[in-house]
Amino acid sequence: MSVARTRRLAPWRYRMNRRLVEAACMALGFVLVIWSLAPIYNMVVIALSEHGDIFSGTVWPENPTLNSFYVVATEGFWYLERFWLQFGNSFIVGLSTMFLTLLIGTLASFTVGRMRLRNGWMLTNAALMTYVIPASFLAIPFYRIMQIYGLTNHLFSVIAAITTFATPYAIFIFSQYGKSIPMELDESARIDGANPLQIYLFIYLPLMAPALVAVGTYALLLAWNEYLYNFLMLSTPDSMTVAVALAQFLNSDESPWNYMMATAIVYALPPMVIYYMFRQNMAAGLTMGGVKG
Amino acid sequence: MSVTQQALPVGPRGLTAVAIRRRTGGRGLYGAEHLWAVAFALPYAIIFLAFVLYPIGYGLWMGSDPALYRQLYNDPRYLTVVVNTLVYVGIGVNVKMALAFMLSGFFMRKGWWVKGVLVIFILPWATPALPAYMSIHWFLNGQWGMLNNVLYLLTGIDGPVYLNSHWMGLTANIGAYIWKNLPFWTVILLAGRMSIPQELYEAAAVDGASGLYRLTHVTMPLMANLYVVCVLLDTVFALGDFNATTFVSGGGPAMSTEVLATLGIRYAYTLSLPRLGVAEVMTALPVLIPLIFILMRKLRMSEGQL
Repeated sequence: MSVARTRRLAPWRYRMNRRLVEAACMALGFVLVIWSLAPIYNMVVIALSEHGDIFSGTVWPENPTLNSFYVVATEGFWYLERFWLQFGNSFIVGLSTMFLTLLIGTLASFTVGRMRLRNGWMLTNAALMTYVIPASFLAIPFYRIMQIYGLTNHLFSVIAAITTFATPYAIFIFSQYGKSIPMELDESARIDGANPLQIYLFIYLPLMAPALVAVGTYALLLAWNEYLYNFLMLSTPDSMTVAVALAQFLNSDESPWNYMMATAIVYALPPMVIYYMFRQNMAAGLTMGGVKG
Repeated sequence: MSVTQQALPVGPRGLTAVAIRRRTGGRGLYGAEHLWAVAFALPYAIIFLAFVLYPIGYGLWMGSDPALYRQLYNDPRYLTVVVNTLVYVGIGVNVKMALAFMLSGFFMRKGWWVKGVLVIFILPWATPALPAYMSIHWFLNGQWGMLNNVLYLLTGIDGPVYLNSHWMGLTANIGAYIWKNLPFWTVILLAGRMSIPQELYEAAAVDGASGLYRLTHVTMPLMANLYVVCVLLDTVFALGDFNATTFVSGGGPAMSTEVLATLGIRYAYTLSLPRLGVAEVMTALPVLIPLIFILMRKLRMSEGQL
């Protein structure tokens, strides 16, 4: 019925309708851009302001200055005394988490998906369960456990925590993606006398490369952006990651917000760059798994 | 259609599960092969036992004293927190997913500027949570925040002090949570929409279905399962979200905007009552356990192999 009505519309009305829809979409796009950029713009404005300017209520600083970034780069404020060390810590945590997640995730999905380990479903169920438990709900007992293991204030505690919460997603994606690799490859290699380790190293891993990139990026960003576990486990300036150092600014009311926002921007840049570099791969990863957190 | 079924939890299920069971049932592993397989499974098994099962067991033990729950029940803050959490999760998740569904339709449009908007729109997701929420906190500052500055410039009205009231503070937290996560779910649902074969729409158009009918009779039925999975997953994520509340409203004013995830940590580390903190988190279990069960079922179906 409605098709018939559309056909009966005069051409000029049809064209006007199309233009109206187009205009509405443009307006929506405009609103989305403002909505997405406002907090980020705010961050940049504060970072570029002099300390006194922040309280003057302007929308753009009167004398924009890069001084705050200079202070961050030279560790010139007492919350930032160990900034570059902490930056390094964040990288260590991110890269170790990425490596461990990829290693453990591929091994587990290889043995369940390709070798068809008996009772392998228990492993995947365990992973699935971990995936749907909120990490913050486990934080308090996890902290206690780390005390028992004697690992608090050691980067490894955070690496362990984030690997624990990143691996289930890795297993999820790898099992999905692994299904697209024909089993005949493994079988012919086995007939040629390859042992499972060789199949894993020389057949499975190379063919899984796209999924490895997607999951690796995910694990790296998860580790870099994680706050709660970092905050609970790491308490001395030398062991902290940037996330914890950044949150320290909130401890006092007198904090210079321009330094804080400059730190925030320096901290936010690596994941943003990585994200936009690997966006296509990540998008592929998303469709593989259907859903991701 | 096969792409849809494999990549996303859409389409007839059950079928795949049966096929897979038959395939895996056939051959067992023997000797060295079996040892290799076990060795490969070991790292994850260790991680799971040491860092998931042990903490869970430890937590259950920490929160096993009934007196803790009496103490919780008598704490007036706890009731506020339960209400806050329900509002936070209920509104945060459903408004976000509804918006994500609509926006995924918008981003299906062709044209270079839509692509450009998508690139910018994804920025909140690429930004780490901490800087983003800190910026929003300052953005909403009543005296010097950018929002009130702009409001004053445009209309001459002095905006309210947003973070000084319970409901506005809670709204700000929810808004910040939506801001941060909307792009992610939009991209997921966009992927879901794109995996619907174009022929279905063409066939529907040939049969005379208008835009609205194509939405309700093609898009919605095919997206329903994915949408439900997304809602459930995000419910779990929102329930456990710590950062938005901590950094946007800081739980204030006077701890009135705290949610379950933040109050537990507050009990444990600010008030040095770790057991009470664990007990508080455990009161979410009656909601969490059914959710986890449903989600595991749904995700397993979508996965086939698992």
